[in-house]
Amino acid sequence: MDLRLLDAEPTTDERAAIDAFLGPPVSTWAGADAVEDGHSAHGGHAARAQRHELLPTLHALHERAGWISPGALNYVARRLTIPPADVYGVATFYALFSMQPRASRVLHVCNDLACRCAGSDKLIEALTDRVGPHGSDTDGATWEPSPCLGQCDRAPAAFLVGSGENPTERELTNVDAEALIEILRGATPASPKSATPPQAGEPNLRLLHRIGLVDPESLDEYRAHGGYAALRRAFDIGPEGVLREVLDSKLMGRGGAAFPTGRKWDAVARQPRRPHYLICNADESEPGTFKDRVIMEGDPFSLIESMTIAAYATGCEHGYVYLRGEYPLAQRRLEHALEQARHHGVLGEDILGHGFRFDIELRKGAGAYICGEETAIFSSIEGYRGEPRNKPPFPVERGLFGQPTVVNNVETLVNVLPIVLEGGPAFAQIGTERSTGPKLFCLSGAVAKPGIYEVPFGTTLRELLDLAGGVSTGRSLRAVLLGGAAGSFLTPDDLDLKLTFEDAREAGTTLGSGVVLAIDDAMDLAELLMTIAAFMRDESCGQCVPCRVGTVRQEEALARLASGRTRGTVQDELDLIAEIGQAMRDASICGLGQTASSAVESAIARFEVFTSNGGTTP
Amino acid sequence: MNPIVLPMAPPAPATRLISLTVDEQPVEVPEGSTILDACRKLGIDTPTLCYGETLMPANACRICVVELEGARTLIPACSRKVEPDMVIRTDSERVRLSRKMVIEFLASSVDLSITPPAQDYLERYDGRPERYGPSAPPDPDRDKRRAGHHERPDGQTAATVHQPTKIDNGLYVRDYSKCILCYKCVDACGEQWQNTFAITVAGRGFDARISTEYANPLPESACVYCGNCIAVCPTGALMFKSEHDLRDAATWDESRQTRTETICPYCGVGCNLTLHVQDNEIVKVTSPADHDITRGNLCIKGRFGFQHVNPKA
Repeated sequence: MDLRLLDAEPTTDERAAIDAFLGPPVSTWAGADAVEDGHSAHGGHAARAQRHELLPTLHALHERAGWISPGALNYVARRLTIPPADVYGVATFYALFSMQPRASRVLHVCNDLACRCAGSDKLIEALTDRVGPHGSDTDGATWEPSPCLGQCDRAPAAFLVGSGENPTERELTNVDAEALIEILRGATPASPKSATPPQAGEPNLRLLHRIGLVDPESLDEYRAHGGYAALRRAFDIGPEGVLREVLDSKLMGRGGAAFPTGRKWDAVARQPRRPHYLICNADESEPGTFKDRVIMEGDPFSLIESMTIAAYATGCEHGYVYLRGEYPLAQRRLEHALEQARHHGVLGEDILGHGFRFDIELRKGAGAYICGEETAIFSSIEGYRGEPRNKPPFPVERGLFGQPTVVNNVETLVNVLPIVLEGGPAFAQIGTERSTGPKLFCLSGAVAKPGIYEVPFGTTLRELLDLAGGVSTGRSLRAVLLGGAAGSFLTPDDLDLKLTFEDAREAGTTLGSGVVLAIDDAMDLAELLMTIAAFMRDESCGQCVPCRVGTVRQEEALARLASGRTRGTVQDELDLIAEIGQAMRDASICGLGQTASSAVESAIARFEVFTSNGGTTP
Repeated sequence: MNPIVLPMAPPAPATRLISLTVDEQPVEVPEGSTILDACRKLGIDTPTLCYGETLMPANACRICVVELEGARTLIPACSRKVEPDMVIRTDSERVRLSRKMVIEFLASSVDLSITPPAQDYLERYDGRPERYGPSAPPDPDRDKRRAGHHERPDGQTAATVHQPTKIDNGLYVRDYSKCILCYKCVDACGEQWQNTFAITVAGRGFDARISTEYANPLPESACVYCGNCIAVCPTGALMFKSEHDLRDAATWDESRQTRTETICPYCGVGCNLTLHVQDNEIVKVTSPADHDITRGNLCIKGRFGFQHVNPKA
């Protein structure tokens, strides 16, 4: 490829950060100093095949420099043989990357659904008053509003990113204005703690039984508590045996789309084209969702063991965990666990002496909800903009790097352990006929004990809310958001809904990613709808017209309704929102656009959100 | 002396025909065809904007969506391959609504004044872009917008992509107020034709835009001025400087123009040129999209090297 580079050079630090990640340049073309013994050529396919290193290289650069300068971008382009315009297109796709110089400490303050319920707008007001508007630089620190950070059980939350020689990334939970201002002024925040699920220690937990009780950094403890028994059984029954158990378990995907996992695995296992890839989708970004984080922080080996079994059954040698960029603790725990697993021979070459080879690479997102879409994740890993692809072809035929690929959510994967240990038919006895197994729900908002709850499918919404201690605020329940921003609002009359895929579908709702956000009557529902609409607009990748423009028009119509300054009557605006929603649902490329109006439309259908003369109900 | 007998090429394998139903009419098309091909065979006029005869379908605009029996969502006709026994509807209520919304969304956010089929589509699907409110003012800083951030709107104006026209070289101008983000210029500049990769889609969501790195002016970018992006642009966002100047002066008049087919004199490849001439001056050069050498593409010499023919000013 004939690259035309920019006339800009990286600083020494920028170059060092990039070289530290990629290794020193091997040719003068890639930026090495000229050598006396003549010419060396490094090009062609090998040079162009480095594109998948782009996102991690940008991360390495950004951690050191705090922004992506033209000189640094130019050097990344040169090192990876990617046109500078393409690098720019990818870098500007991600919200965590800055293309302008900015303060070295950036505080991302969550202002999404659960944090709003915990008063984050007051927090933001206080920051604006006392520190200055977002984006303003105060002594090397700045703050930005952020979409959901996945800390909804410990709202309000923030995420601190410090760049420089000693880069830091830190989750901040249960924050108040004082603490945030101190941190902006340079205070070191307390070490993050992983959350202990409220049910910790209860018997009969299948997915959460180790979390909070077993040291997540010790492989020995993991083994002492049942770890790697499932992988041993998998090797006993062989790949076909594992596939049979997973098919018999009737396990359905837990990421939101509820596709039968066994069918996906079976389809990939049968593909003659090699290699096959396994991706664990840990880009958990659905507002209100934090279950995958709790698993990765509290029981990282279980994910590695599940992925190893999945790879064994489907014939994958290489796996990826695509982890959202806002989960540094989960990242550290996983990195540590991967290292331990390799060291002890349960990952890598010849696993447990069975001649099976499999390894896992951790890939970090950089602030893009859309990258949790199963085909966008391929684009992101391959070093392109995280835009979804049209289906067909489906990932089981043509996925990552064009090869057959299994993509499973974290929670889906960890269900494989009880399936292999107890057998598929026994697992299928849990829950209901068509929704089998245990399910994790993310309880947040106005409940006494927010957190992850594991219950069998078929538990009612009321039972689940009771488990979390009911409404905590002394007020009455106004609504429940089920399934997240792509889910729908339910009323207190809907609490007897049995939480199964089929009951949810029949009731015109969805379990989505297992979000149960309780909203009391002090919250302004219109404000929450505006938050969801703004989220969808921000997170749309922009590829297709229905979603790119539809999410904007939806937000504008809601703004008119909320302010009472409607175009025509309130009904005209509601009709417009319905038409926008229908077009996004029908004509968008991917699930983001197809569900971008579902929460908004469900609230309008079930609640008097907007009064007949415009404005919102008190 | 016997005449030399050249060996015959073996015959290509026969192409399988796929039968399907479109709007209650049975149709057979070769395997590998798209639904759009099937529609065209039946004479069903299917709207397209991002589709280009010379490029892989980007299926980004979604105005060609049709209803496939058994499918949860509508599907893009331009890219979806036919499968046996598909039952397609191209004029159902769902299809009409999505097409109406797509053209409304575009017409309310983009300047479609010189997009030939836009007005026709608006009329055909009863689109009323004015119902989203008056257009928001142009934003000179649109290139600086950041992914994941926007100011909350009040809804009293409709957000648009309007921005100042980029005039940074003497050959062509970029008026991204007219850009529908069809990806065709990026594909033509990149791996599908030119392999120059001067432009990309940058940013995200509604703020996504066609850009060079850091929105640098074209002369500082990798652009080689082949103009193959202009050739595929469906909305006039990319335009010859000569055309732009005439339109600015309100003297651009296609009814006064002639088109002359000729062959490019610069090298031995033999690209076909179509010279667009108004008032005895070449105002633009294209190449036929169906020409089997150029497929509509040219290089800087063929595309822009015509000033010496024009009378000196």
